Parts: sequence; C-alpha cells; structure tokens
Amino acid sequence: MTKTITDVICPFCGTLCDDIEVTVSDDGKKLLEVANACVIGTEKFLHSQSADRVTKPRLRQEDGSWKTISYEEAADYTAQALARAKKPLMYGWSSTNCEAQSVGNEIAEIAKACCDNTAAVCHGTTLIAVQDIGLPSCTLGEIKNRADRIIFWGCNPAHAHPRHMSRYSIFPRGFFTGKGQMSRKMIVVDPRCTDTAKMADVHLQVEQGRDYELLNALRVAFKGEWLPDVVAGIPAEKIREAADMMKSGRFGIIFFGMGVTQTLSKNHNIDEAIAVTKDLNEYTKFSIMPMRGHYNVTGSGEVFAWQFGFPYSVDLTRGFARYNPGDSSSIDLLKRGEVDMMFTIGSDPGAHFPIRAVRAIAKLDSVCIDPHITPTSGVSKLHVPVAFNGVECGGNCYRMDNVPIDCRKVVEPPEGMMTDLDFLTMVCTRLKKLKGAA
Amino acid sequence: MAESITVNLISGRTIQQGVAIESGKEKPSYRTACGIIEMDISDLKKLGAWKNTNVKVTSDYGSVVVKAVEATQGPHPGVAFIPMGPWANSVVSDNTYSTGMPTFKGTPVKIEIAINEPVLLGVELVQRQCGVKVG
Repeated sequence: MTKTITDVICPFCGTLCDDIEVTVSDDGKKLLEVANACVIGTEKFLHSQSADRVTKPRLRQEDGSWKTISYEEAADYTAQALARAKKPLMYGWSSTNCEAQSVGNEIAEIAKACCDNTAAVCHGTTLIAVQDIGLPSCTLGEIKNRADRIIFWGCNPAHAHPRHMSRYSIFPRGFFTGKGQMSRKMIVVDPRCTDTAKMADVHLQVEQGRDYELLNALRVAFKGEWLPDVVAGIPAEKIREAADMMKSGRFGIIFFGMGVTQTLSKNHNIDEAIAVTKDLNEYTKFSIMPMRGHYNVTGSGEVFAWQFGFPYSVDLTRGFARYNPGDSSSIDLLKRGEVDMMFTIGSDPGAHFPIRAVRAIAKLDSVCIDPHITPTSGVSKLHVPVAFNGVECGGNCYRMDNVPIDCRKVVEPPEGMMTDLDFLTMVCTRLKKLKGAA
Repeated sequence: MAESITVNLISGRTIQQGVAIESGKEKPSYRTACGIIEMDISDLKKLGAWKNTNVKVTSDYGSVVVKAVEATQGPHPGVAFIPMGPWANSVVSDNTYSTGMPTFKGTPVKIEIAINEPVLLGVELVQRQCGVKVG
C-alpha cells in the first residue's frame, strides 16, 4: 500500500507552494509520485530518488580522481580547512533551512569568515535599495485577495516561478477579486516578448538596460507632465496608458526580478521602482515585492539579519560584523583574490558566478556541500552530499513575502546520509575544539 | 551575411533550465537546456547561420561555444539570450560597480559560426575553463 502525504511544501522557488501531494511507498523509503507541483518542483522531488546519486563524501586526489571518505573524515577536513584559513568565504545557504543557516553562522563567527548568500547574484541590489528608502510590501495572500493591478517588471514567472500566477497573482479568485483573471489588469515590462509578456494587457518592451528611464517616465506620467515622444524605446502614449492603468486600480503590486537587479543602474533601478510605488500610493494602494529565486534565500537574509544585523555580504574577519557590498561581497572578494578558503552550501556558484570568480574558487582549498553533482563540486576539493532539504528532512524556510513556512520531510534519505544541519553541527563541534572556543 | 555579428547578451531563467538543474547538471539535458544562445531570426540571417548551428560567443570576459537557436520568446533583434548557467557565465560581464552584483544582463558579445567546435557539458566546461585536473 502506498501513502499519500498532502500539504507538502515545494523546495524549489520562493513561491514555496504548500499544496503538493506526494505518494510514497508503505515503508516511507521510496517517493513514487508528485502531484500539483510545477514541472521543476516535480523534478526536484523525483531526482532525490535517482539511482546515480552520490551518497558518500568524496575527496579529490592529486591525480584528479575522487576518493570516498566517511562523514567524520569530511567534517575533520572541513573544520581543519576553516581553522587554517585566514579569511574563508562561506557562501550559499539559500537551499537549506534556517536551522542549518544558524549553525553555519556560528561556524562563521568562530572561523572569522566572510558570509554571503545567493542574493549576491540575485536580489542583493534590491537589499541595498531597501536600505536606501524602505519597501512598502505585503503578503502574497493580500495580493490574491485584493490586487487588481499586477506589474511584472524584469521577471518572467511563467518560467522562473511557474505557479506564482495561478496561486497568487493573476488567476486565483480572491475575496475582493472574485472574477480571477477577469478582475485584474496585467502589465509586463521586459526587453523580450516573454511567455509572461504574451499574457499581458500591456507589454512595455523596454530597451535593454533602460529600466531606470522608463520608471522615471512613469512618475512623470502619473503627474501628467511633459514626456519626450519616446523613452527607453516606448512611445509616450503607451507609457501614459500604462500609468493610467496603474492609477485606476484599487490595489496594485509591482513584482520585479533579475531584469532590474542585474542590469546597469542596479540598486538605483530598484530605488526608482520603490519611488514609483510611493507615488502611486497618492492615488491608490500599491505594494512592491522582489521575486525571490531560491526557496529559502529570503530565510537566509532573515537569519543573517537576525544574527549579524545585515542580510548578506557580511564580513566577520575582524571578529564583528561589517557590511559593505563591493568590498565584502563574494564576487568581489574572489576577483580580488582576498579569500583563502571556499565553503559552499546549498547553492552552485560554479554554475552561476562569472567565470573569473569560479577560476578563483578552483585555486582555493574548497568544500562543497550539495546533494547534486554540480560545477561547484566539479572544481571543489571536497564534495559532501547531503539529504535534500524539504524532501528528506524538514526545517524552516521563508517565502518571498517573508512568511516563514515549515518544510516537511516526506521520504527517508539513503541510508547513512546526513542532513545539512547534522553535518554542520559536526563541523562546528570540531572547529570549536581546534580554535579552543567554548 | 557577415563573418561575425555583435549583439547585446542577456541571461536569465527558463523553465527548461529549471528542470535541467534539478535533474542533474552533469547530464546532457543541462547542455541541451542551457548550452544555447537564443537569437532573433533577423540576427541569424545577418550571421548567415542555420538554426541549431554551433557558434562561438566572445566578449571581453571570455568565450564559449553554444548552439544558436531561434528565439522562443522574441522578437528581440540585436538582443541575444543564453539561459543562466556556466555557458552564459563564461562571457558575461563580471563588473559589479561596487554593488556586489555582476552585470549578467547587457554584455556586448561577438558571435561567429563555429560549426566544427563542440558544445561542452556543464561540469566539463567549468573544469576546463578553470584548469581542474580530472581523474
């Protein structure tokens, strides 16, 4: 007899869908079917069952081959490497739970490390903008029940957050949005005619990298002031049409993504998007929310902020927390060759950092904690496979709207496999001994 | 028809990229999903490349061989798209301008036909670019 577990949380993207149904074998050791999840979430659950999975830590040898070692040996190696290093970089954290992140922070404090999460290549510039001028935001539940103007700026949820539109933003019938999609107007701003843009009432195909100008032009249009004929590749009348559509709603939301955080102007794009939100609140109710990528990148920012006072790019080298993106941020530290050890967990900088930063990682003493084989494990000295968080172990995670949700364990990990939290606790105990910390 | 063309490169997620990273980055499916460059049909014509031809993409930051495919979310003449992953990151601008964030979107790149050069697998590509010895 199989068992069906309901209300499972999907550990893929920041939408943290909480209605997944998973069918497991009677003994709870095999995951058989996944229902309700998007194609990516389904793949994540099913990949945990793959036969070719690495189940034991592997240490790279002189000739480039891997040698299988025990978790105890892997923890010894990691603790010694951290103890030896003058300035280790502990990066990732976004695909693990808050409990493991907290133990990681304890390790970082003892090792006097630089700590950073995947916001470094995602919404880091958003965090800078939020510190500049604040963020009028709300929860996804409020959007489902109230929002009738939905703006997707530089994001493509049809691909990156596949169930976002069906669960929260476009299709659901909420308390004040009883007609679902019919009660909402949708504006998409993107230099490509994305699959999200194809659904929009208005698509502003902005010239790539000109988001700041367009945001600024919208602020002018709200006030009915003069505009040039074309701004950022968009005719003035189309900008005015979009501005009127935004102003005429009862409750609006701007969702924004990498299209604005990763282009030139970076945090200033977000500054301006927040200013647009502020302006719109003179006419109606408007909110703004970053479309967070990894399922617990938000949680990592929360745990960093709670323990160190800053949401990413934290430098503990001097024994207290400093924060200075550009100086204490991962890419810059690696490019300048300032760190002497790389510790990666719950992320893949090997695939997602510019190649110059990855070359720097390959030269360092490095540990990669990840259930998958990745480009990062491919350039690291030690690869420690762990249980899939949210599938083979539970733990707390934060949705993109800062709502904490407990992930659930649905299936047993392969025999003898440790979780992130167990392994980090082992490393922490060993590091304390090596450093003589209490 | 030109020997090479210059376009503005952006990168980002696709649903195929999402599925491929969860099913194994060491597998050929990751290369199929991300070892591509989505080009506008007018740019393919300018370059004189058939769809699904291997091309070499070069920027000030590096170069990589990927398969040129017709844009699925176009038209976007003058803009090319490589899904996020090691292929895109071989050529994107690593300048952070003191924000900590590399400039993943908006790197000028040169594209030329490289019909005889292979598109490497994800892990293999990074290992080669980094000079990692593999046993």
